[in-house]
Amino acid sequence: MKNFLALVLVLLLSAGIIITLQNNDLFPVFGEAQVVNRVSDHYITKGSTQPIIWGETTDAEDGAANIVTSIVVNYRSFDTLGEVTVLFVSAMGVALLLSSGRTSKRLALNFKPNFMLRVGSRALFGIILMTGVYIILHGHLTPGGGFPGGVMIASSVLLLYLADDEFRSKIKGFKVLEGVAGSLYVIVVLLGLILATYFLQNFLPTGTVGDLFSAGILPIVYILIGLKVGSEISGLIDNFLTEEEAA
Amino acid sequence: MIQYAAIVLIVLGIYGLLTNRNVLKMIISINVMEVGLNLFIISVGYVTDGFAPILSSVHNSSALIYVDPLPQALVLTAIVIGVGTTALGLALAKNMYNKYHTLNLDEMRDE
Amino acid sequence: MSLVDIIMIAVGALLIILAFLALNTKSLIKSVILLSSVSMLSVVGYVLMKAPDVALTEAVIGSGLVTALFVFTLLSLTKKEESK
Repeated sequence: MKNFLALVLVLLLSAGIIITLQNNDLFPVFGEAQVVNRVSDHYITKGSTQPIIWGETTDAEDGAANIVTSIVVNYRSFDTLGEVTVLFVSAMGVALLLSSGRTSKRLALNFKPNFMLRVGSRALFGIILMTGVYIILHGHLTPGGGFPGGVMIASSVLLLYLADDEFRSKIKGFKVLEGVAGSLYVIVVLLGLILATYFLQNFLPTGTVGDLFSAGILPIVYILIGLKVGSEISGLIDNFLTEEEAA
Repeated sequence: MIQYAAIVLIVLGIYGLLTNRNVLKMIISINVMEVGLNLFIISVGYVTDGFAPILSSVHNSSALIYVDPLPQALVLTAIVIGVGTTALGLALAKNMYNKYHTLNLDEMRDE
Repeated sequence: MSLVDIIMIAVGALLIILAFLALNTKSLIKSVILLSSVSMLSVVGYVLMKAPDVALTEAVIGSGLVTALFVFTLLSLTKKEESK
């Protein structure tokens, strides 16, 4: 009976959604969105009347070649501050829920990894770490940025956890790194308020579009976000894999 | 096409949340709903024959036709927040199992 | 109907079938693997809609992080079960 009621409710909801969006003036047909009438037009042309050329325009309003990065860190950076806060609160909640007192050891499983696996995974750890650092550093030129780069750094730590039975990372070091990176991010945000007119403004000069050292404050902010996310998720993985020492 | 598939995914997620009684299955339904929602938000900004919104040596002028970049920035935030929610839900499920020795919501009410 | 349209329709149909199977099976480990494959198919959808940032983020998170967390939770549940 409950299943049948749920099915009827769900069918009514889907019919309501599809009928509302069918012949609406406000909802465009798939593939025919008019970008010129939306606010994204200002983000693409960066507010200037002449077109931005890759490799030649200097002193643009933003300076990043990746338009999505310039929206996330520069034009709408308050949302990124909120997202970093949400991640911090959830990692803190997991650490409080799964804490196991003073004595804790690795989760003991039935199978033991091989010696070749333990030693050979160290080589792969270096390659994945290098890929993560590359994606963080080139966030304003190629797709990527701080968030996938930080999760890649945490994936390399996950590989070491899976391949070795006795591996425990230095949790104190990770917590200190996460706190320092988060505080530095808030300090950079407040510096924008002191040195320039409003919150989070770009206060370093933006070079030509397409260089590595361009776009003012963007690479610095993404490096801080990448370090914070990477160390946070490594601490999360360690919390999931420990248990209490048998008394 | 993809917009209809995204709406069906959202609705399937709501159905799974209403009928399952296992806590882990509820967390999986929430994840399915989030995948459908992110697909739908990005499909609002698609322009046919537009390019990806990145200036490079191949598309080097900002006067070409680009896909709308604003929904992509919003979905980037939404994906990361989904991870945070899933991690917290799994930690709660683990503690629930340690206390009640079952993961079924109907059997948990007796104690 | 160009090739891109055919692939879009195929991805959409496969997404619906796999999501329905993920919610209806009895064993938990099969649900987790099917959820991971739903995430991977949505990455193909993001690439077809010309969104490379979102595709990269969802690929790294959906395949590496969420699946690993689910499997660790299932491991500690079954270990507690067989030690009782």
